[in-house]
Amino acid sequence: MSTQKELVNLTIDGIAVTVPAGTTILEAARRANVNIPTLCDHPDLGRRAVCRLCVVECNGGRKLKAACANEVWEGANVVTDNPRIRQIRRTILELILADHPKDCLSCVRNGSCELQALAERFGIRKHVFKVGIPAQEPLLHSGTLVRQMSKCVKCGRCIAACREVQQVHAINSVSRSLSYALGTPYNTMLGDGTCTFCGRCASVCPVGAIYENDQVNDIFDILADPENHVVVQTAPAVRVALGEAFGLPAGSISTGKMVAALKRLGFSKVFDTDFAADLTIMEEGHEFLDRLKNDGKLPMITSCCPGWINFAETFFPDLLDHLSSCKSPQQMFGAVAKTYYAEKLGIAREKIRVVSIMPCTAKKFERARPEMKENNDPDVDFVLTTRELARMLKAAGIEMNNLPEAEFDRIMGESTGAGVIFGASGGVMEAALRTVYEVVTGAELPSLDFEDLRGYHGVKYSKVELPGRTVKLAVVNSLGNARALMQDLRAGKTDVDFIEVMACPGGCVGGAGQPYGSSAKVKERIKGIYIEDKNLPLRKSHQNSEVQTLYREFLGEPLSERAHHLLHTHYHPRHK
Amino acid sequence: MSKLINLISMGAGEVAPEDIKAYQQIGGFEALKKAMSMSPAQIVEEVKAAKLLGRGGAAFPLGIKWEHLLHIEGEPKYIVCNADEGEPGTFKDRFVLRQVPLRLFEGIAIAGYVFNSPKAYIYLRGEYRDLKEKLLSIIDKAKSAGFLGKNILGSNYSLEIEIISGAGAYICGENSALLNSTEGKVGRPRIKPPHLAEVGLFQMPTLVNNVESLAAIPEILLLGGQRYLELGHPDSGGSKLISLAGHCLQRGIYEIPLGRLTLRDIIFDPELGGGIADGKKLKFFHLGGQSGAIGHPDQLDTVYSYTDLRAAGLSVGSGAVVVMDESVSILEYLKAVNEFFIHESCGKCVPCREGNRQIHKILDRLLIPGAATRTDLATLRRLIDTMTAASFCGLGQTAAVAISTAWKHFKSEFEANVVDGPEHYKLAVG
Repeated sequence: MSTQKELVNLTIDGIAVTVPAGTTILEAARRANVNIPTLCDHPDLGRRAVCRLCVVECNGGRKLKAACANEVWEGANVVTDNPRIRQIRRTILELILADHPKDCLSCVRNGSCELQALAERFGIRKHVFKVGIPAQEPLLHSGTLVRQMSKCVKCGRCIAACREVQQVHAINSVSRSLSYALGTPYNTMLGDGTCTFCGRCASVCPVGAIYENDQVNDIFDILADPENHVVVQTAPAVRVALGEAFGLPAGSISTGKMVAALKRLGFSKVFDTDFAADLTIMEEGHEFLDRLKNDGKLPMITSCCPGWINFAETFFPDLLDHLSSCKSPQQMFGAVAKTYYAEKLGIAREKIRVVSIMPCTAKKFERARPEMKENNDPDVDFVLTTRELARMLKAAGIEMNNLPEAEFDRIMGESTGAGVIFGASGGVMEAALRTVYEVVTGAELPSLDFEDLRGYHGVKYSKVELPGRTVKLAVVNSLGNARALMQDLRAGKTDVDFIEVMACPGGCVGGAGQPYGSSAKVKERIKGIYIEDKNLPLRKSHQNSEVQTLYREFLGEPLSERAHHLLHTHYHPRHK
Repeated sequence: MSKLINLISMGAGEVAPEDIKAYQQIGGFEALKKAMSMSPAQIVEEVKAAKLLGRGGAAFPLGIKWEHLLHIEGEPKYIVCNADEGEPGTFKDRFVLRQVPLRLFEGIAIAGYVFNSPKAYIYLRGEYRDLKEKLLSIIDKAKSAGFLGKNILGSNYSLEIEIISGAGAYICGENSALLNSTEGKVGRPRIKPPHLAEVGLFQMPTLVNNVESLAAIPEILLLGGQRYLELGHPDSGGSKLISLAGHCLQRGIYEIPLGRLTLRDIIFDPELGGGIADGKKLKFFHLGGQSGAIGHPDQLDTVYSYTDLRAAGLSVGSGAVVVMDESVSILEYLKAVNEFFIHESCGKCVPCREGNRQIHKILDRLLIPGAATRTDLATLRRLIDTMTAASFCGLGQTAAVAISTAWKHFKSEFEANVVDGPEHYKLAVG
């Protein structure tokens, strides 16, 4: 960075602080270890300043300023805490609590609720204000997201996530005054609008107003039925985040302990979505080569991310033939589990139940798509988010951290580093290149690490030299960034051959089903992903011996007829 | 000698509002001609010298606002006239729009010339939509006569005026909400900074001024800033349109010189309010709009100027003077004010949305013998302090002004029904 920001000196509660110009009072206070309470503020979203809990006194003025929305200035004298400010904040909190249902004990956010934490911080011991609004029942949208608007504190985070980060505009502010609400146009269901079920809204909601459809008890039920043969797959991004729910720092790798915990829950087999990711690379890599060789539609765009697929089908129906026809790893896994695996073990398809553990809410939507079924039997029966798995383990009393590590089961449990890095933005592209390069050149890549494609950054470009051709690459994460790139593509302004899109900032590690937290945690998880990649003996998908066996014994070769039937799909414009 | 003055209202009721020639005969468009022979900086100096305070209610010095915008980089700069006159008891902008619209257009044209604006917007209150067509036809006439539109007065300067109709939301009178609404967005206030002068309409530098402020500009230029100042109060020059309403005999719009009349003159003088109707006694008066302070008869000798009223804990605000006689219950009156704010809150910030609602519950209880406790009064105080200090915009920050000022004057009425004792606690929080 060449532009050095000018520094500003100010005093916060008597502490001298020097911060770059443009820093908010809130951020400056944090740097001085002064913790101003907030509710509507979120580090990854724009300024809204509507809850007013972060108000502070500046230069002795009676009028208070919102610390989250006001930037520091030279010589400012900020007071963040005194009896007056404390009483005003307490009153604001009591006003928020006035029409909030007090059913913490039965709330999905019990223990992770930001409003609950504020009530504890302020020592709320009685409820001064009442409103008396009848509670609304939770509403399940497309089997994926639940909205319970009587719990909404109207902080506007969900809207900011949907509008600013994702540019999906599925929800907005509605009406005014006492009727002011955050909702869909004309109160329609999310599935009837532009919602992609990416779940960013749920991942930033401070309370229990928007959350994933919790299916923990369904899993307990199917596990209890001896007729079922229940297999579970775990997505790469889960292993670097699940530990957070058990007190470990973000990015801690808990693969072995997670496998052990899943075995304790009683799954017949614990498999790895990484295996299916390697399989995806075999199909997608060959599809890309086929498009290159036979003048197919380019750029080819990845199709692993169900939020992205929903987005493309909604906003860019004219570009659907750019999408790879490959199913996502989750769905490839389901299709293979209910055919190849069933056949190999001699178990009837209808007895096999496939459960996925995913960092993602949109995976719940994806598994229910009509294309992902065989004779009306879904290839994947249930999807649990990382958060749900954590709750399930806690419900079963399993202290994951204390378990000895265990290994994934054969014949769909082997993983390469290429499969692991699917969990981070840029990973699918990097994994594909590791295989494509070798298939085309017959030689090993000089380096397996495509640093240009890695990291949290939302838009990344790179290129790779293949014989006779430079292949240009683009990686975007967040749907807002995807929209910009697709508009360029539509306008003929892109010069790339291969695009990876992930709906969530940072990729699947930043998925909306992961433990709550901001981008700071996502960045740590990304580090965990690449450590796991480095640690694995095999780092290229085509080296996966179980995938090799699958082709040899069942599929034939990549893009074979059987592979097409089981592993590929097609897309439809939505709402047309 | 008349206590009134004729600056903005000159020609009102005598000259047909659409008659360009007649308006010229009383000096119309002379100020525009004069302005266009001056530099923008010179014009701003005159406005500064006049000490014209913003007439919408916030009383921000117009000259300072203009000078600030003059030095901001970026083109185009937009002029926005706030004609979203939504304060109950305030109807002086409607008077200007109906009676002397050409004076407003002349003021807008002068402002446009100062900032080299290609376009000005008039944001017209939804309930005034019946005025829109008439105003548009007068704009057309002024265009044909060369005072608006292309090449004003044969110069290189051109200005288009567009009228935007509001949809009835009081909050759209807040300048940043007004700009959002003009852009086609939901009318809710913006986070400031950035200030509207820097990032205003369509992200461009913008001047937002009230109808009465802009209509005062021509007279300032004709008289000169210094002379205009001398007609009023040393801290705030010129005249103010006041809207007299309620239980006085002669309700209506009056243009008065600032700093010359007392509140007693305004309410009781035969040339103005003419006293209380039906031989009743004055109980209180509400100044400046719903967000203004409540005054007591003890304060009648206060001089009507920004400075004197402020010193007495009152304010000019929009210029509303609502007079209430002895038959009115202060608590009932305040409930009506509170209901207005409940209805008009945009709803996005907690103190305003939720605070007004809880104040309503307490006011309700204060009206019922034995229903309210001392705790309720303490809670009411807490709510007032919270809303005033912590609300997002001016609406919430001033919504409780009437209650807190009335409380001082009518303490016994506030506390008449209040009981202490824990046995009433259940009722109080129920």
